[in-house]
Amino acid sequence: MNEFFDLPSDLQHSYLGLVALHLREALLPVLAGLLVALPVAQLCVRLRWLYPPVLWVTTVLYAIPSLAFFVILIDYTGLSELTVMIPLAVYSLVVLVPAIVDGVRSVPQETLAAATAMGFGPVRRYVQVQLPIAAPAIIAGLRVASVSSVSLVSVGMLIGNAGALGNLLNSGMIYNQPRLVWLSVIGTAVLAILVDIALIVLRELVTPWMPRGSRRTTRPTALKDAAR
Amino acid sequence: MNVLTYIDAFFSDSAHWQGYDGIPTRVVEHIQYTLMALGIAAVVGLPTGLVTGHTGRGGNTLALIATAARALPSFGLMVLMFVLLGLGMAPVMIPLVVLAIPPILVTTYEAMRAVDPAPVDAARGMGMAEAGVLFRVELPVALPLILSGLRTAAIQIVSTATIAAYVSFGGLGRYIIDGLYQRNYEKVVGGATLVAAMALATLAVFWAVGRLTVSRGVRRGA
Repeated sequence: MNEFFDLPSDLQHSYLGLVALHLREALLPVLAGLLVALPVAQLCVRLRWLYPPVLWVTTVLYAIPSLAFFVILIDYTGLSELTVMIPLAVYSLVVLVPAIVDGVRSVPQETLAAATAMGFGPVRRYVQVQLPIAAPAIIAGLRVASVSSVSLVSVGMLIGNAGALGNLLNSGMIYNQPRLVWLSVIGTAVLAILVDIALIVLRELVTPWMPRGSRRTTRPTALKDAAR
Repeated sequence: MNVLTYIDAFFSDSAHWQGYDGIPTRVVEHIQYTLMALGIAAVVGLPTGLVTGHTGRGGNTLALIATAARALPSFGLMVLMFVLLGLGMAPVMIPLVVLAIPPILVTTYEAMRAVDPAPVDAARGMGMAEAGVLFRVELPVALPLILSGLRTAAIQIVSTATIAAYVSFGGLGRYIIDGLYQRNYEKVVGGATLVAAMALATLAVFWAVGRLTVSRGVRRGA
């Protein structure tokens, strides 16, 4: 059984090492994307005219194929993980910005008025009222962004073996070992599903007031996000 | 600045404009692959999405398919198919189509479900047959969203067909992959520029199709 997970030494990692590397390369960009998307989305909620052009820009950036994006960045950041992570962060915006804008906009006016009447300043109102109510929508966006990010990291293999589990694809080809390709494909798919489940658990944890397993409210958004 | 000089060098070299590995050949190849994969995916996805959306059944199954498809690593799937099936069109077309069906299917379903029920009821009340309701009322109203699903699918195909050059496929990805192996950064950047232009052109085509096919009343409402 152990032999099944043995890797060629040129990968310089154990299987679990590659898994950890893959998680890091996939999730750090989504985190960076979230940190950018939060203020951008807040601006879009405040200034309505800003939202359509922002959506347009994220759509155009998302359209740029990953491999093209990677190789243009090589000149600036070299054959490194950073070159893979920057495009992934940019791609996450196309999902995260609309998710956050929709979530924050869905907060009822009465709730906001009540918070103001209780003496909440704009910052405290945003952090303690708007964000928690928007959390399910934001996490729905995070799920889509993280899962596609996990699947895209593998392409980084093409630029100097910076694709974590994707590097196994190349080894599988050059050493003629389909086992390694299987390890890569199944490992990546399982990782994506586990990340998805982790985010569902996170949603349950941060929204304790929601009825458990509230399928009725989450399914339509999940479908819509899946379509992106 | 550096990248721009590479791009300029690549496109001003006349050798890149002719022959088997010339820009016109590769562009046509890329368009052919994209249209073929998009066509197959649309033939499968559109009718299924229209019917399930019209009847409102199978939403849970579709959500499951969409999540499962997103978790599949398209690049890994391509290499796996290549290893299992060998050289040919099928190992590349299968992942491309598998990748493109979920966005088409799910968006079409969503679009049909999102149609305002009032005009649909009115159409039935006026005695329109079920097919008439579907094609003359629901479809025109749902068209903008359906097109956005097709657009997402097309963008993903253009992007993934590029990566397919790694498993010996033609198209614009050839410049990037070959350039990387040959340490010819000029070729790599030139190819990347072409691929990005192709993706933007896809966006433009769908924008134009939307302008031409979506009725003015629906557009004003959106």
